[in-house]
Amino acid sequence: MKTGPAANNVAVPPTKSGTPAATTGGATPAAAKNGRSRRAGALRRAAARIAALLASLLIALSMAFMLGRLSGDPTTTILGPMATAEQREALRHDLGLDRPLLVQYFDYLKGVLTGDLGQSLQFYQSNTSMIMDRLPFTLQLVAAGISLAVLVGVPLGVLAATREGTWWDRAASTVALLGQSVPVFWFGMMLVVLFAVNLGWLPAGQSGTLKHLVLPALTMSVYPMAQIARLTRASMSEALAEPYIDAAKARGITGRRVVWRHAFKNAMMPILTIVVLQTGILMSGAVAVEYVYSWPGLGQLALQAIQFRDFPLVQAIVVFGALVFVLLNLLVDVIHSIVDPRVR
Amino acid sequence: MFWLALPIAVVAVAVFVLPLTGLLPAAGQDLDATRRPPGFLSGGSWSHPLGTDKLGQDLLTQFIEAGRVTILIGLVGAIVAIGPGTLLGLLAGYFRGWVDRVISVLIDAQLALPFILVALAIIANRGSSLPVLFLVLALTGWAVCARVTRSATMVVRERQFVLGLRAAGASELRIVFRHILPNLGGTIVALGTLQVGTAILIESALSFLGLGVVPPMNSWGSLLAAGQDELSQAWWIAFFPGLAVTLLVLLVNLLGDALLTHHDPRKRRR
Amino acid sequence: MSDVVQKEVPGGDARHPRALNNTADNSANRHQDDSQDRGQGWRTPVLEVDHLVVEHRNRRTGELFRAVDQVSLRIGAGESVAVVGESGSGKTTLAMAATGLGARGEGDIRLLGHSLSAVGRKQLRRLRPEVQVVFQDPHGSLDPRQSVRSGLRELRSLQPERTSWIEDTDLLQRVRLEPSILDRYPHQLSGGQAQRVCIARALLMRPRLIVADEPTSGLDVSVQADVLALLKEIRANTGAALLMISHDLAVVRSVCDVVHVMYHGRVVESGPCETVFARPEHDYTRELLAAMPGARWRSRR
Repeated sequence: MKTGPAANNVAVPPTKSGTPAATTGGATPAAAKNGRSRRAGALRRAAARIAALLASLLIALSMAFMLGRLSGDPTTTILGPMATAEQREALRHDLGLDRPLLVQYFDYLKGVLTGDLGQSLQFYQSNTSMIMDRLPFTLQLVAAGISLAVLVGVPLGVLAATREGTWWDRAASTVALLGQSVPVFWFGMMLVVLFAVNLGWLPAGQSGTLKHLVLPALTMSVYPMAQIARLTRASMSEALAEPYIDAAKARGITGRRVVWRHAFKNAMMPILTIVVLQTGILMSGAVAVEYVYSWPGLGQLALQAIQFRDFPLVQAIVVFGALVFVLLNLLVDVIHSIVDPRVR
Repeated sequence: MFWLALPIAVVAVAVFVLPLTGLLPAAGQDLDATRRPPGFLSGGSWSHPLGTDKLGQDLLTQFIEAGRVTILIGLVGAIVAIGPGTLLGLLAGYFRGWVDRVISVLIDAQLALPFILVALAIIANRGSSLPVLFLVLALTGWAVCARVTRSATMVVRERQFVLGLRAAGASELRIVFRHILPNLGGTIVALGTLQVGTAILIESALSFLGLGVVPPMNSWGSLLAAGQDELSQAWWIAFFPGLAVTLLVLLVNLLGDALLTHHDPRKRRR
Repeated sequence: MSDVVQKEVPGGDARHPRALNNTADNSANRHQDDSQDRGQGWRTPVLEVDHLVVEHRNRRTGELFRAVDQVSLRIGAGESVAVVGESGSGKTTLAMAATGLGARGEGDIRLLGHSLSAVGRKQLRRLRPEVQVVFQDPHGSLDPRQSVRSGLRELRSLQPERTSWIEDTDLLQRVRLEPSILDRYPHQLSGGQAQRVCIARALLMRPRLIVADEPTSGLDVSVQADVLALLKEIRANTGAALLMISHDLAVVRSVCDVVHVMYHGRVVESGPCETVFARPEHDYTRELLAAMPGARWRSRR
């Protein structure tokens, strides 16, 4: 799949040991180009990747724009049903809604570029500043959640991979799958019932202290934990099946050292990738968790906005989420190119 | 795989057949028996095996009723996502080139949007109804299906029989739909199974936030939502529907995983 | 099965001058040949490849890899030509490009006198059945979801006129398979059986050229000889030309008249089989010969 269709069909008969010219693999002299063309190729690849990401971002932004327009006439939301036609007209003019759609679209794109995500209908404030006000709370939640997910998920996955096919594997894999199957908000509610209502150990809502963070972070971590554990298991078991692991064992390197120093090092990349990408997805997972714990983050803000049909604010939060996601994707690519010597 | 399919079948039978038997407690309010705990807890009675809600309605009856809705939405929600997702993934993976580039950009764009917010916004605007719910499930599900189908297609299309067919003068469309697609059948079924789980989870999240199915219809998600306000007095109202969702989705996911490893074109060479 | 149609060996020498660099002087001859051949119908070369260059780009590194480098070759009607070389020498890429199934590359390829770069998609599809390919992995060459019978039925529906000459059972008999095999699926066939089905499918199309890409290396030693004999027999009976891709010189020797030795994407030596084998000129050819199983024993004899 890496070298185009025809190369895949190249028959690979066993190389004859007696043939001195038995250069196996793709590195034939004809292919040995100098480092500059290699670097140019990598650059080309990076440029293509960035272009594709930007194209995706543009489409995502356009979809978000349409989402913002879905509301039809926001004047009713703001002024109520009793407003006169003149009042509506004036408001529409103030909001810039009387201009051609295309002009509005380009204004919107320009705004996104300059960090201006429009005005909330509900709060009469700049969406950007409101998002920035709420962001720290969500970040706190996401950071705690993802750390917990990594701390539990990675060992769980390694455990399953190193004991593949055993009872341990099955148990760890099922726990991971369970994390992927449980409705996050319900899990949160049950934690509240158990730890806050019945046992009274931890607070059920609000934020502030570390104690307040425990339950929401735990709830938040469940889904990414499952994803991380499953991917860790998959890439670890793949890495453990590689011949170099056998070679390492043959050289007398044993047990934990093989697992962590050799296999895990090679399984790192996919794991790191999923951790970063899960962080991006958590922004949208925050909605349910923040709702359950009345956590004053972006998710709450989004829900409020939706409740009040404040579509410019909804749109702004969606745009913000998309930007974060694309940036994280870019980050993953950068990490890839630094860590993977083949790409560099 | 049989041991996974069996409990799923039991759930389906329970949910679809039990109401026909007349064994379930009658629906309807009973203001003398509100917030009764389930039969197996102290203070509960077996005339209401799962207890009653704040209006004294039997929870088991509601639970079974809602289960039917949940399962049907999961199935239809998976189909509407799998359909376009598979088609686009197939085209992207087979034709590559600009077709692939366009579809891949669409996939990435879809994945970049925080789907739950998009779903909520659409429903908030268009109102809660089943068609809108399915539209949302299709929108949030197609991209992942397309991505998986795309990579599976890229594996199958490198098989030599594709070249053989081309040499016999077969058209590209024939190769795609008569040969590649059937060979992806197992993968697609597995993908569809996993998507049922995802659809059920999304539906329950939307219903929980009050934007999924609306009364008088109930799903496990909306039962859960109703139980949220009662948590401190009657935790069981929310507990059982959530547990049911978890177990059902777990079973469906286990089955999907088993199917997927079974049909992975990379693991099976022929 | 008795009468051998025609075997075009004599022209071989002129067309495949034994030169390390068979490009320059060859192209001068070629044009003369062309004008003669076109007039005489069956003498039109089945396949002509002219200075073919095929490059692959490594997706990861963006590096260009030249799989086929300035290769020219030509196969006359009914001829049997081999391309030998180690894995990665570009022989399969050459075959795929030459048949219009793989990456096209630069340089001219003419199938039955039609230049591939000039024909449209429709014409290409009409031209394709003239060349049939038998691959190394017989199971990979059959759709796992299709029984032998429905596979043949599909080929017939694709090329109704071309395939009407023979019944399924007779076709299978030609490749020495029982009719009972018709209702089997690929995974129910042994490697040898599957390869025979592949050959039958190729035969059904009555091609002018059969490309056999390592047709025996995926098979048990015990059935390799049978499959080779079958290919030989089909060539004799149908007059189809054969392009054999192989790393196995013994196989090539038993089936082909003309051989091209490929090394790192280039043809380093060409000529009639016997000559090349008796007096190899290029070092690489000598190495290949030396690496042949039983080579020492044979040379002593």
